[in-house]
Amino acid sequence: MDQMAAIKQTFFQECEEQLCELETGLLAIDDGDTDSETVNAVFRAVHSIKGGAGAFSLEELVQFAHVFESALDHLRAGRLAPSGEVLKTMLRAADMLADLVRAARSDSSVDTASREELANELRAFDPHEPSKGSGQGIQASEDDDPDIAGFEPVPICLDDLGTELHSIQNRFLIHFTPKPGLYAKANETALLMRELSKLGEIQIICDYSHLPLLDELDPEHSYLSWTVELTTVHDETAVRNVFEFVEWDCELDIQELDPEAAPDDEAITALIREMQATVEADLAARSDPQVASVPASAAEPPATAGNPAMSQRGKQEMATAAQATIRVDLDRVDRLINLVGELVINQAVLTQRVFEAGVARASGVATGIDELEQLTREIQDSVMAIRAQPVKSVFQRMPRLVREVAALTGKKVRLVTEGENTEVDKTVIEHLTDPLTHMIRNAIDHGLESPQGRVAAGKPEEGLVRLSALHRSGRIVIEVSDDGAGIDRTTVKAIAAAKGLISPEAALSEEEVDNLIFLPGFSTTSTVSDISGRGVGMDVVRRSIQSLGGRISIRSKPSQGSTFTLSLPLTLAVLDGMVVTVADETLIVPLSAIVETLRPKADKVHGFGGNAMVIAIRDQFVPLIDVGRELGYRAKDTDPCASVVLLVESEGHARNALLVDAILGQRQVVIKSLEANYRHVAGIAAATILGDGRVALILDTDAVVAHWREVATDFEEPLAAAG
Amino acid sequence: MTDMTNKNQGRPTADPANARELIAFRMGAQEFCVDIMSVREIRGWTKATPLPHSPPFVRGVVNLRGTVLPIVDLAARLGFAGAEPTARHVIIVAQIGTQTIGLLVDAVSDILTLAEDLIQATPEVASEMAKTFVRGVLAVDQRMISMIALDHVLPADERDAA
Repeated sequence: MDQMAAIKQTFFQECEEQLCELETGLLAIDDGDTDSETVNAVFRAVHSIKGGAGAFSLEELVQFAHVFESALDHLRAGRLAPSGEVLKTMLRAADMLADLVRAARSDSSVDTASREELANELRAFDPHEPSKGSGQGIQASEDDDPDIAGFEPVPICLDDLGTELHSIQNRFLIHFTPKPGLYAKANETALLMRELSKLGEIQIICDYSHLPLLDELDPEHSYLSWTVELTTVHDETAVRNVFEFVEWDCELDIQELDPEAAPDDEAITALIREMQATVEADLAARSDPQVASVPASAAEPPATAGNPAMSQRGKQEMATAAQATIRVDLDRVDRLINLVGELVINQAVLTQRVFEAGVARASGVATGIDELEQLTREIQDSVMAIRAQPVKSVFQRMPRLVREVAALTGKKVRLVTEGENTEVDKTVIEHLTDPLTHMIRNAIDHGLESPQGRVAAGKPEEGLVRLSALHRSGRIVIEVSDDGAGIDRTTVKAIAAAKGLISPEAALSEEEVDNLIFLPGFSTTSTVSDISGRGVGMDVVRRSIQSLGGRISIRSKPSQGSTFTLSLPLTLAVLDGMVVTVADETLIVPLSAIVETLRPKADKVHGFGGNAMVIAIRDQFVPLIDVGRELGYRAKDTDPCASVVLLVESEGHARNALLVDAILGQRQVVIKSLEANYRHVAGIAAATILGDGRVALILDTDAVVAHWREVATDFEEPLAAAG
Repeated sequence: MTDMTNKNQGRPTADPANARELIAFRMGAQEFCVDIMSVREIRGWTKATPLPHSPPFVRGVVNLRGTVLPIVDLAARLGFAGAEPTARHVIIVAQIGTQTIGLLVDAVSDILTLAEDLIQATPEVASEMAKTFVRGVLAVDQRMISMIALDHVLPADERDAA
């Protein structure tokens, strides 16, 4: 039972991958990709989901996948043109399939009406069919019993085919060359032939020309191929369905012959003769008479392997099947990463100790230490690379979101994604989905104008949302941009003033106005819409980005659109920090928080009532916060002029000046949790271990500022006005 | 009662199925013990990095082979005056649930093996603070050893000291 559950789990994991493949493929076709392999990949994805779902008796999923698959088959066979409308429906079908998979996973259900509606739309794609009532036909045939590995009873759609096609006799010439894999999966040609024979009159010819001598015979190889001539009332789909579960393990070529021609038509006879001649020539070339005598019953052995079209297709499938990846439990990777983190620390400690012990720089020990350092760094990079993943997994969710939001808002939107293969740590990726979802919703809901508005502004009706990712100086930069109206600064300012976030008279630069949307409690739409107004604003986006050690910024041009730029660290396991000292303690301040550092001059520091002090930085008064006092390391403020000021930017875009004693340098540190063995400490984000083996704390600048504000609440008003 | 216990280390007494092994240590003039199963290792005192906004009994954190280990001054936690730690002080690294913490004590004195039923209830005279942490007392060799339950050694509420 447990094993079954585990297999099912794997199935669902694979489903997710197939669904991704499906959507990517459909989008590629939508963009004009006409490669048959893309269509095949899409078809295969749905087919695999259907196959797996059948094995777990997920009826709803199987039925829908089947309808979807049939529609895709028409696309694949070229009976259906990949028009925009068709692909729109197919994309919706892909979404529905994803919903069904998730529903099956969580044992819940999906709205049957919408499913049926979509299924009927898909059925309407069948070019042979008027859409009326064909649905029942497909469903009625849906009695697959996938437990007989790969042997699906032929879905004979009586409703579909019974009436008008009854009198028409189709004739097919089927070349079937199984690969060894077919037998390895416990399929059997004889059973396939039996299924074929149920379709109509059948003539089977076995080609044994490729049989080697007995001593060369590999029992697990496949040497035989068959040519079948079938006369049937069914269409090609029915014939293909016979081979449905072995399709990827054989070379299959089905040719439709002129239905009017008699079975002993000259062309066929000629064809068979030709094959026979080839085979005989082949046989004649062999000296051993045993070969000819082995399959004595087969009368007319044709050669089929020579068909170039088939072998090419076979090769393509082989290429897609080869994947050099393994599945590894994430816990194991995390453990490895932790261990390597410790190794890095240990190596740093060792290096420091060795040189403290007075070992000469030129000595063998020193060289060894250098090499060790290089090696550890390489190991760390490689280990980090294991957990690095392309942002594709997040980006792939966005097309669906765009479709849904576009449908809800009645806007036309095209999503362009770039740099999907940019890699970033998995932990970062996990935290990216929510902010990006929210930003894209915003871009469509608030950024883009209505189609009419766009036309009136002289823009194309269809709005453009661009999502891109790239690496820049050791960080990943993600941009969400739209070509909409841009930020309405007058409205933004009015709202911020109305909500008391700024004073009405405050003179703000354009950039400062744009940044007001990140303030907590700010929301530009007066009505809470279904889409973006879910009680979270851009401040939540900003906070979640900041909690990842990232920054978010906005550029906006009226009537040209807005661009949100996220800059994130590539990993959450290490952090670039500034090493500072405060009251003899060493602290790390995340570099991402620091805007600039400076040494204050006496004339720039002003008292501001009580203990509070401000510093003038380029004509702006910024509150001075003594980190040592905030953390309780010392009771009295130090002399600001003997200290160093770190200008930090925190929530709400407010700037504050943190006072520390000295800056020791910059370095990358491995982040260690304090919560694991202790608990959260106010003002501290995490800990790390320095080269001397001591623990240093990583400062949470936002929390320090927030704590300081709580203590000095009377100071808050002028600060907010200062922006 | 005293006669039934073994004064020497390591040798089991009474019913082995019922036997417990304890690590005894000193703080000031008093002796305490904890279950050996919760002790991971014993190491010397190294200077800890103080944690801001922490209760006085939390000495800070030290590096235990890459793990950040909080150090609790057990004497201060029990309400005695904690002395400034020196190199001769000892840290008992103990596992409490999923967390690993270090307990700062004066010195480890003994390893005891004795039967569960020799543990007596905490005397009524004990202070409120001691009652919270002391699970029971043992009489060994005319000495009184208090057995400490480690569950509440770390402050429970995340916010109380913040």
